[in-house]
Amino acid sequence: MKVSLFITCVSDIVFADVGKHTVEILERVGCEVDFPAAQTCCGQPAYNSGYLQEAKKSMKQMIKAFKNSEYVVGPSGSCVGMLKEYPHIFKGDPDWEQPAIDLANKSYEITQFLVDVLGVTDLGSTFKGRVTYHPSCHMTRVLGVKDAPQKLLQSVKGIDFVELPVKEDCCGFGGTFSIKNPEISREMVKEKSQHVSETKAEYLVGGDMGCLMNIGGRMRREGKDVKVVHITEILNTHREGGIA
Amino acid sequence: MSVKIGEISYKERIDKGIDNDFMRQAVSSAQGRFRKGRLSQAEELGNWEDWRQLGSEIRTHTLENIDYYLHQLSEQVEKRGGNVFFAQTAEEANEYIENVVKKKQAKKVVKTKSMVTEEIGLNEALEKSGAEVVESDLGEWILQLDEDPPSHIVTPALHKNRQQIRETFADKRGYDKTDSPEELAAFAREQLRQDFLTADVGITGCNFAIAESGAITLVTNEGNAEMVTSLPDTQITVMGMERLVPTWEDMEVLVSLLTRAAVGQKLTSYITAYTGARLEEEIDGPDDYHLVIVDNGRSKILGTEFQSALHCIRCAACINVCPVYRHVGGHAYNSIYPGPIGAVLTPLLDGYDDHKELPYASSLCAACTEACPVKIPLHEQLIRHREIIVEKEKKSPVSEKIMMKGFAQWASNPAAYKLSTKVARTALKPWTKDEFVENGPGPLKGWTDVRDFPAPGKQSFRAWWSERAKGEKQNGNS
Repeated sequence: MKVSLFITCVSDIVFADVGKHTVEILERVGCEVDFPAAQTCCGQPAYNSGYLQEAKKSMKQMIKAFKNSEYVVGPSGSCVGMLKEYPHIFKGDPDWEQPAIDLANKSYEITQFLVDVLGVTDLGSTFKGRVTYHPSCHMTRVLGVKDAPQKLLQSVKGIDFVELPVKEDCCGFGGTFSIKNPEISREMVKEKSQHVSETKAEYLVGGDMGCLMNIGGRMRREGKDVKVVHITEILNTHREGGIA
Repeated sequence: MSVKIGEISYKERIDKGIDNDFMRQAVSSAQGRFRKGRLSQAEELGNWEDWRQLGSEIRTHTLENIDYYLHQLSEQVEKRGGNVFFAQTAEEANEYIENVVKKKQAKKVVKTKSMVTEEIGLNEALEKSGAEVVESDLGEWILQLDEDPPSHIVTPALHKNRQQIRETFADKRGYDKTDSPEELAAFAREQLRQDFLTADVGITGCNFAIAESGAITLVTNEGNAEMVTSLPDTQITVMGMERLVPTWEDMEVLVSLLTRAAVGQKLTSYITAYTGARLEEEIDGPDDYHLVIVDNGRSKILGTEFQSALHCIRCAACINVCPVYRHVGGHAYNSIYPGPIGAVLTPLLDGYDDHKELPYASSLCAACTEACPVKIPLHEQLIRHREIIVEKEKKSPVSEKIMMKGFAQWASNPAAYKLSTKVARTALKPWTKDEFVENGPGPLKGWTDVRDFPAPGKQSFRAWWSERAKGEKQNGNS
């Protein structure tokens, strides 16, 4: 199966490892992986801030970049969720509506792709450590991916999985919200950090680097020693001793 | 009072909310209770999504045919001896009600269950014309004594604790007992009873007006609505023009959704229905009945992308799940309609000038959209507001406009984008320590004021990918 990687701007620039793990996982399950280099950002920062015209420029670039792909798979529920909004955004546009629908229909978040398209729930991974999972809002509520990440995590051998209290609450990232309303965002992420601490987990796992960057950044500021990792990192681990 | 409840700035309101530990704790525990109740009720019902769909369809159908149903409602009310007045503006509504009160030579008016009268500032208008107005809903009464605006749609005094309520009663009404809820409630009951017995006019809001019968229904837990609607000789109902349903069956569906979504109850203690004035052959009901249907900006929303905001049945489910509301409290929204629905509705009713920050006071987490029993896409409507603020109202900050223009150029040009993935690390180097930025420049400042920012990686993904591809090619060639 041919899969085109959608690496998302945050992963490309800040967290390249997330992209590497995504590649390795897809190759492990037998996919032929390519990376269309013309891709940029899904447009979410501009779209969610009300800059529709600016966002559309970015979105058109994405539609062009993935025009010839069979499947588009990315390591972020929020960014893939944005691709799924394209048909609605380009509705009635004679040149872009159909290409937007095509892109939305073939796009998947990585865990959604593994579980729903390939039917894989056990990657044969091994991971020792106490792990909790933050289900990000856009992954669950916008994209509708709720069970896939947990199914995959629970199949990891050796994992000590613990539920995060009030896990469905937003971490306070919200893209530009975190910069525009830093005081409210701070209170939200403080609460999330407190909930993570209550689990006594060594690792906080999630499917969106934006949220993880927010929670991880806050916990580091609070001096907490919890490792914050993308779900692909756990799924791509075969070590007994966890992540170094 | 009007939709807007104060004059202090957005920033001050946010700080005031965040600094109010008592309020935040009260809101947090109430949210926990309401959310748990709503979820368990939804689960018990079994097919919650079907109910939501039905609720949404009833609201859509009603709004799409609102002229027909409003006409039917008014005909039915008049047939049952009532007077109907359509008020375009708050002033028109107030003037009509003032005239009814004057004609009656009323000294005292008792009220219950009405947000729309807060919206139009009815109390001030009536007091100016010489009548005493008594709010009889317990929460509203406390707020009236304390001259404080509501902070929640269903529990308006949520931000106050019983010590504060005791103090208010002591200061304003000479209360000298403890702050136990039983004693406080008994005192309020005793005080209000006199008002019910001596009032000349009763004014209520309306949960649902039923077009086919001209009946007005009220959903309450305290029973005060029964006093207001049965004791005074003159009755006035004030309703927002969208608060109607075609039939009793539709009302049943919406009440089922309302009580479950609001406080996790199957039913409330009272669902009151009353119809028109006392007719000759009847033994009870008021001598004089008036229905005031208020537009006040609502018809401008009809037919727009915001029409579904008028689906709202004032259950506060969106407020009860909103993490922003939890940390800043209801007063931070500077509107009698707080929380996510307030952030959507307030600029629609009162314009953007005083409320342009509201649509941004959301992380767009969509918990509100998920909780809404009549399927208002609240977080999407917040994005629509932002578009209007940016593109039509031109009220977004200049620095942001420049940044977004830059974003569009960057994200539509793969070469520029690729370059940025190479230089990002170097660009942030002056501020980077141990792979993190703790005190960032420019737009990063808002971020790093409250948390650390990870420095861009040593190698971007695309650099890694092209190196890997080269390696594979070489391996293949060797």
